[in-house]
Amino acid sequence: MADDTLLDIKGLVIEATSYPPGEPPKNVTLVHGVDVNLKRGRVLGLIGESGAGKSTIGLSAMSFGRGGVRLTGGTIHLNGREIRLADAKTLRSLRGREVTYVSQSAIASFNPAKQIMEQVIETSLSHGLMQKPEAEARARMLFKKLGLPNPDTIGSRYPHQVSGGQLQRCMTAMALCPKPDLVIFDEPTTALDVTTQIDVLAAIKEAIRDTQVAALYITHDLAVVAQVADEIMVLRHGRMVELGDTGQIIKSPREDYTKALVSVRGIEHTEKPPAAPILQVQNVTARYRGTNFDVLKNVSVDLPPGQTLAVVGESGSGKSTLARAITGLLPPTSGRMTFNGRTLSPDLAGRTKDDLREIQMIYQMADTAMNPRQTVGTIIGRPLEFYFGLKGAERDKRVQDLLDHIEMGKGFADRYPAELSGGQKQRVCIARALAANPKLIICDEVTSALDPLVADGILKLLLNLQAEANVAYLFITHDLATVRAISDKIAVMYKGAVVRYGQKSDVLEPPYDDYTDLLLSSVPEMEVGWLEKVIAHRKMESAGN
Amino acid sequence: MHPVLKLVVQRVALGLLLLLVISVVIFLGVEALPGDTAQAILGQSATPQALANLRAEMGLDQPALTRYLHWLGGILTGDLGAALTNKADIAKSISSKLGNTLFLAGSAAVIAVPLAILLGILAARYAGRWPDKVISAVTLTTISLPEFVAAYFVIFFLTQVFPIFQPVSLVLPGMGFWEKLHAIALPVIVLVMVVLAHMMRMTRAAILNVMQSAYIETAELKGLSPMQVVWRHAFPNAIAPVVAVVMLNLAYLVVGVVVVEVVFSYNALGKYLVDHVTKRDLPVVQAVGLIFAAVYIFLNMAADIIGILSNPRLRHPK
Amino acid sequence: MRIPLSALIGLTLTGMFLFVALFAPWLAPYAVGDSSGAQWEGMTSAHWLGTDTIGRDILSRLLFGAQITIFVALASSILSFSLGAFLGFTAAVQGGWIDQALSRLVDLVMAVPSLIIALVVLTIMNPSLIVLILIMGLLDSTRVFRLSRAVAADIAVMDYVEAARLRGEKGTWVIFREILPNALSPLVAEFGLRFIFAVLFISTLSFLGLGIQPPLTDWGGMLQENKIGITQGKSAALLPAFAIMSLAISVNLVADWILTRTSSLKGGRGG
Repeated sequence: MADDTLLDIKGLVIEATSYPPGEPPKNVTLVHGVDVNLKRGRVLGLIGESGAGKSTIGLSAMSFGRGGVRLTGGTIHLNGREIRLADAKTLRSLRGREVTYVSQSAIASFNPAKQIMEQVIETSLSHGLMQKPEAEARARMLFKKLGLPNPDTIGSRYPHQVSGGQLQRCMTAMALCPKPDLVIFDEPTTALDVTTQIDVLAAIKEAIRDTQVAALYITHDLAVVAQVADEIMVLRHGRMVELGDTGQIIKSPREDYTKALVSVRGIEHTEKPPAAPILQVQNVTARYRGTNFDVLKNVSVDLPPGQTLAVVGESGSGKSTLARAITGLLPPTSGRMTFNGRTLSPDLAGRTKDDLREIQMIYQMADTAMNPRQTVGTIIGRPLEFYFGLKGAERDKRVQDLLDHIEMGKGFADRYPAELSGGQKQRVCIARALAANPKLIICDEVTSALDPLVADGILKLLLNLQAEANVAYLFITHDLATVRAISDKIAVMYKGAVVRYGQKSDVLEPPYDDYTDLLLSSVPEMEVGWLEKVIAHRKMESAGN
Repeated sequence: MHPVLKLVVQRVALGLLLLLVISVVIFLGVEALPGDTAQAILGQSATPQALANLRAEMGLDQPALTRYLHWLGGILTGDLGAALTNKADIAKSISSKLGNTLFLAGSAAVIAVPLAILLGILAARYAGRWPDKVISAVTLTTISLPEFVAAYFVIFFLTQVFPIFQPVSLVLPGMGFWEKLHAIALPVIVLVMVVLAHMMRMTRAAILNVMQSAYIETAELKGLSPMQVVWRHAFPNAIAPVVAVVMLNLAYLVVGVVVVEVVFSYNALGKYLVDHVTKRDLPVVQAVGLIFAAVYIFLNMAADIIGILSNPRLRHPK
Repeated sequence: MRIPLSALIGLTLTGMFLFVALFAPWLAPYAVGDSSGAQWEGMTSAHWLGTDTIGRDILSRLLFGAQITIFVALASSILSFSLGAFLGFTAAVQGGWIDQALSRLVDLVMAVPSLIIALVVLTIMNPSLIVLILIMGLLDSTRVFRLSRAVAADIAVMDYVEAARLRGEKGTWVIFREILPNALSPLVAEFGLRFIFAVLFISTLSFLGLGIQPPLTDWGGMLQENKIGITQGKSAALLPAFAIMSLAISVNLVADWILTRTSSLKGGRGG
């Protein structure tokens, strides 16, 4: 074995016990014989959808099984010694010293009762690697390198006193402080807004390069991992699909599954021409009861029938609040909304049955959008009964009709939501909305909780249904790729106001306003070296100012 | 004002307000019930004249508000009036008995609190394994026992089957500390039994809750020893919930004391209360009821304040 | 569906207690107040469980005691449950001032131990069955209120409830078709716990001499009448204590099982 091999995993098998309700516990295999080889100073990206086993494999580099997960087969060599079967003492001596870990949620991973500095240098002290002053100096150096504000004093703050993006960088500093050989990054930017993600990503990349540490970078986002990894391993259902250099995986993937992942954002949609609107929102301002600031500020947008208006923005931009105002859940304090030529009552109680029927809503979490105690048949059948008085066989026939429309076959009407997959659940929610024969469907982040390929299928379904039924979509999302794929018009929201609005082709063409420019340029592209280009571009611009 | 101080002041004010409202309820709520003290003393067959005489004698013919304000003023100045049945000064009777009650409850707390925390930690440490299962099975049994039932089991076993103790807890003024302690051994055992199960179960739940946090996993992945993980990371976050658990159960203990004192004929506040309920001596019941309510409210308030003080988000605001 | 052993034991015992309570007059060999034997007779064929301190048949009194204890506890827990659940659901769904007023009232009642309130009330009122059921039911409804309000409030913010409101469904549909089916299991388990609490409460009051009055009898009262026997080593005097304990434990086992079943179901069928 070559000297520079740091981590060598062979034939790794990982199992867990699942407890299905009402049945005896059974063994499930999460990872079926995966090999990983990582050389010193290299970065390997592990990518896959949920259930691919990527986090489980990542943690096996510390010989750690989360929540009853067992590493049952194969060998794991770290720095030349076997660690899968190592005793607790050996594991303690390598965890936090040779291998460290950065989690998805730094907010949960920091102890809320202790200052950041104490936690960042804890490993260096407890493993006897450094004296306290030396460790603190290194921590401050890392804070600075990671671009944290006030690097000299931020350590004395408590975790809840800094922002999510800053805490994620603090966690990276915590992982790098003891000078480990390997860092496991487990979706470190997934929980962040897109404009924050790019900064954290750049900081992590620079820190990896400067400290020459090796890394396993785990994520579901191929465009993100393409920016930091030297090599990428594609995983699916606990098996390796493809392993290759980052450039090769992105540009010329060999396996069909990888090809699908790479081209996932490739839906083509031609913009429809401007037309008279069916929904008009005019100067709407709204605030939540008991608060004293407006969450929507003077918002005006139009949506023609059969077209899609994408409302895009980061968390806190007010995009979901706009949906609540249109549906009548949050009556605006001022402004006017008209639909199909009639004025909409600001609050739900004042709306007619036709208003309610013609505006339907689909939610982000299909799980919580369906009553777990009702069958799919009841869920889809209720609007038919409620709005059109359909009963019995007539209703059942229409339910099956709708199920066919959403590409789900026979036999689903009797099932409960818990028996469906994530994608199927969202399809049922779409069918429930369609059952009302709506003219407008509000889609609130409907694909955000789904794996990319499943999300792709949902978007294609929505586009097909739009072509068939001429229904308009108000599509709320934070994902600009989705916006490109389906919209005819776009409204960019920031802090409760619409900062840019118009036809898709106009909104996505320069010249941009500052915020839209930042937003658009922050979305990772499936291209090696994109991150450096953007960072260099931004540095140049700020130097120019 | 520092936000923590503000919250504490608010909580104390709320506690005092609650106590005031409770005093109104204890006094005026009784007025709203059908029947009154005079009726209760003389019985259903009393003549209207006898009732009127007794009402006048007791001051019951005055407007309720006047009597309430008079009563409240008395309480604030330490004058609780006289008992109806034997005209004894209530404040004096209470002051001689309050000490006995506190001695009993305090002794039970001194044993129960450390024991419950220890067992709770043990059960949490071995969650799902046999020590946890044994402790849960035993506590499930004791949780289903009301105080007096537990008391008679204890009496039967420790005075009859194994005659170690006396079934009556006689405490006299001249007794020394150890003598007293021996005299109250049985009621203490009963109270510990009854309060231990709840306290231990809640402690176990509080610790498990902390141990399942992501920051505990972080600590494990730092290669810290189990002791370091518990001591540095779990303990600081578990103190508040555990102390709150203790306070809530001490409040529970205060109620248990009432029944246990009756069982063991222990001359203290709880027995005094029950005896006077039987004698329909309303002024005594109101005064003692208010004292028990005050202790209960105070302990609940203490639990909340400890929760506020130990919350890092409140202690170190942004 | 497999029923675990502990729940099976609990269900069987609970069923037996209910059966005994229902058919006490037919099952009991003697009348309640019938001094049919000598003082503290042992177990004989005439008195299977012996006689008490004034020569009454303990088995008969236990059976009649079961009837009263279970009847009063059941009545008061039905009262506390229907009242607490109704108001709790209303508060959660309506919100606003109704919620505020009810919640503050409940806070107030719960700030004082139930036993103390009961003692104050019983100083004035005679402990008839109705009064006892009312006192216990009203005091305990505060706990049911808190739980059902919390459960309903958790469900009321779910997207599927919002979807029903957006569809234009009436309040009754929302409560009975969307919220209630999902709240049922925790509420049923809570009913078991409330019932146990009521059994312990009425037993305690009777023991203090403030609950069930002669000639009626319940288990708490029996223990009080015969307490002298316990200090004389008559183990038969402990029988009512065993009865209280075994009823409480068996109902607890059933409630525990229903609760764990809920949390492992996560909305599958069979609920």
